[in-house]
Amino acid sequence: MSTLTINGQDLTLGDDEQLNVVQAAKKAGVEIPHYCWHPSLSVVASCRMCLVEVGEKKPDGSVAMMPKLVPACQTPAKANTVVVTDSDKVKQAQAATLEYLLLNHPLDCPTCDQAGECFLQDYSFKFGNAETRLQEPKEIRKDKDYIGEQITLFTDRCVMCSRCVRFTREISGTAELQIVNRGTHAEIDIYPGNPCDNKLAGNVVDLCPVGALCSKDFLYKQRVWWLKSRNSVCPGCSTGCSIHVDQNEDHIYRLKPRENPLAQGDFMCDEGRFGFKYVQAEERLTAPEWKKPQPESNGSSSSVSRWSEIVNHVRESFRLVAKKSPRSIAAVFSPWMTCEEAYLLASWLKKLSPQVRLTLGPIPVVGEDDRYPKNWRGEPLEPTKFTIRAEKCPNRLGVAAVLSHFQSIREDFSSIFNAARAGELQAAYVVGGGPPGWLSSDEVKALAQVPLLVAQDILRSELTNAAQVVLPGASFAEKEGTYVNHAGLAQMILRSVHPVAEGYNDCRIFMEISQREGLFNARVMRKEIAEQISAFRPIASGDLGEYGVMLPALQGAAKQANLSEARQ
Amino acid sequence: MAISEKDIVWVEEPSIGLWEAMYLPAIAGGLATTIRHVFQKPVTEEYPEVKPVLPLNYRGVHRLNRDEQGRVKCVACMLCATACPAHCIDIIGAPTPWEDRDKYPVKFEIDELRCIYCGMCEEACPVDAIELTSIFDLTGLSRQEMIFDKDKLLSVYDKTVQGGKDPARTTRGVLGPASENLVPAERMAWPIDELPSSQVNS
Repeated sequence: MSTLTINGQDLTLGDDEQLNVVQAAKKAGVEIPHYCWHPSLSVVASCRMCLVEVGEKKPDGSVAMMPKLVPACQTPAKANTVVVTDSDKVKQAQAATLEYLLLNHPLDCPTCDQAGECFLQDYSFKFGNAETRLQEPKEIRKDKDYIGEQITLFTDRCVMCSRCVRFTREISGTAELQIVNRGTHAEIDIYPGNPCDNKLAGNVVDLCPVGALCSKDFLYKQRVWWLKSRNSVCPGCSTGCSIHVDQNEDHIYRLKPRENPLAQGDFMCDEGRFGFKYVQAEERLTAPEWKKPQPESNGSSSSVSRWSEIVNHVRESFRLVAKKSPRSIAAVFSPWMTCEEAYLLASWLKKLSPQVRLTLGPIPVVGEDDRYPKNWRGEPLEPTKFTIRAEKCPNRLGVAAVLSHFQSIREDFSSIFNAARAGELQAAYVVGGGPPGWLSSDEVKALAQVPLLVAQDILRSELTNAAQVVLPGASFAEKEGTYVNHAGLAQMILRSVHPVAEGYNDCRIFMEISQREGLFNARVMRKEIAEQISAFRPIASGDLGEYGVMLPALQGAAKQANLSEARQ
Repeated sequence: MAISEKDIVWVEEPSIGLWEAMYLPAIAGGLATTIRHVFQKPVTEEYPEVKPVLPLNYRGVHRLNRDEQGRVKCVACMLCATACPAHCIDIIGAPTPWEDRDKYPVKFEIDELRCIYCGMCEEACPVDAIELTSIFDLTGLSRQEMIFDKDKLLSVYDKTVQGGKDPARTTRGVLGPASENLVPAERMAWPIDELPSSQVNS
């Protein structure tokens, strides 16, 4: 326990809390402006924005202040520290620092993408002056659009905080960025012919506290004050990075990492950041289809696009098949489904008959886990600060846990695949929901032999072309639910945009097919799952909070799975 | 709510005498007014044959100004679209093909039917690119025709400049680095370099 004083109020920190004065002040509700300091990066104390008065309370009760201002980011918050952030001396220093930073700043806020979430704007408003005393023309420097494939640099907006440089040296380890020249002439640049194209490069744009580094993908697409942001989880790999989904008028403009110490830290990879585009692709399924064979006419099929009729058809035909031969019904779950969806579908099918075969579809694995930072040879270094997992789906653990509750003997996808190829299946329900190319064409060919094939997916594919009934579902940005990442961390995803055209939220489809009463509510559903399945007991409150909840039962499962993979 | 009894005042119609009951004085008075107007200058405006001259600060059709090189002056900051209470402005920005500027509008559309001509866009513009002119007689045969695109808005600029109908500026033109000072120095309260510092953004 240590007690320090910030602006006259006492703050008590626990023994395990090693904070600097910026973090301690934040806990006490006092904002200390800073540019160069970032919790995940090393401390350089170069921007001078966080200068505060610091002193020490002596045992006799007297306070000895340091004669000069010191950077708060570099000062550890230890017992008996006295911090003053609102004195005239501090305020003058803050205003002077801002005036100096703005000397050569072009003030092109109207055309700058950062405007609205810019720390120069915010701090100038809170701590700065409205006027400049500079008489001379500003130094205008040339923009550099060659920094990276996704990154462009507006050189004259830079405040030289060096966050981006430290990121490439400390987190990605690729060290493409550097500061060239000295003093007023200092600029961010790359080594010629070595652009900043590493797999974490997009993070330097988020790290930039001003509008100097901009994303080419988002450049001039939207003003940030129009964007509405919801918390979600990146579906790109099993790391399950916490993200913000920023949308306006039902169009997603960007994904940004959301700080989560339990999941991934402060960053996300470029595969996830730019890989969401498939959810607004042209190939999105827009309406349900039921391809009825019409033997009396010329054999062509007609499509009906009425939800109620199709849902009735699916329900009745599955019921009939389940009566006759329940072992000939199979359901293929995808690792992009939320736990709630898996639960609803599995409980419906198992209610038809306990013998219905449920299986988790193929798990996409690309290469090996990609760990950062790397050295110059590209070999990962310890300690690992960020991992891009080889398993390119968000919820294998969650869906597998639901399936193992409903079905004690694990059914492999290969056995369903063989059964389908041998023509043993009468009906199959295949749920997708991820990026294109999940099922191979062999697998689709085998499933296409099933007379009653229901495909619930988001994109038009070989599978939906082969299916008798096509149900347009929702992508990760269009639904609510729970994803369980590689370590057994259950996180909430929230709905950011509406499903495309006539598409339904997957849970709504399952609820209508299984004739459950009421509307889908993820929170209520989570409570029900927690009651039914012991592995999900920690989420019994239904609320997972900002960071998510660890599921210890699945942590063990995750380790076992990793071991068995390692043995193979 | 019923009106309370104390708020009701009953009035009686005044009774008229014989002189008023004849109506002849009233008719004579009316005729006198008519005859007086025969000899006065007519007040009727023969619109549309004769168009009225409106003050230059009238808020009519928008125009998009050009800079000295003839390029669109707008920098696609979308502050007008943000300020617009009727949501009638639709802009798509892009990097410029020019060296000296970063961003420009590839698409700039104003729905003149939806616009309420409040002039907020003009107020919001940091580079004096959008202005409301004194052109008021706006007609079209379809709704689509009344959605003015960039070319049409620039042509309004050309037309008003040629016709000598430049709108009066509502500001001093010192809002941003790209705005120009159109008010002659002698008509300003302060010369531009002596403006109180609080009015000049750094």
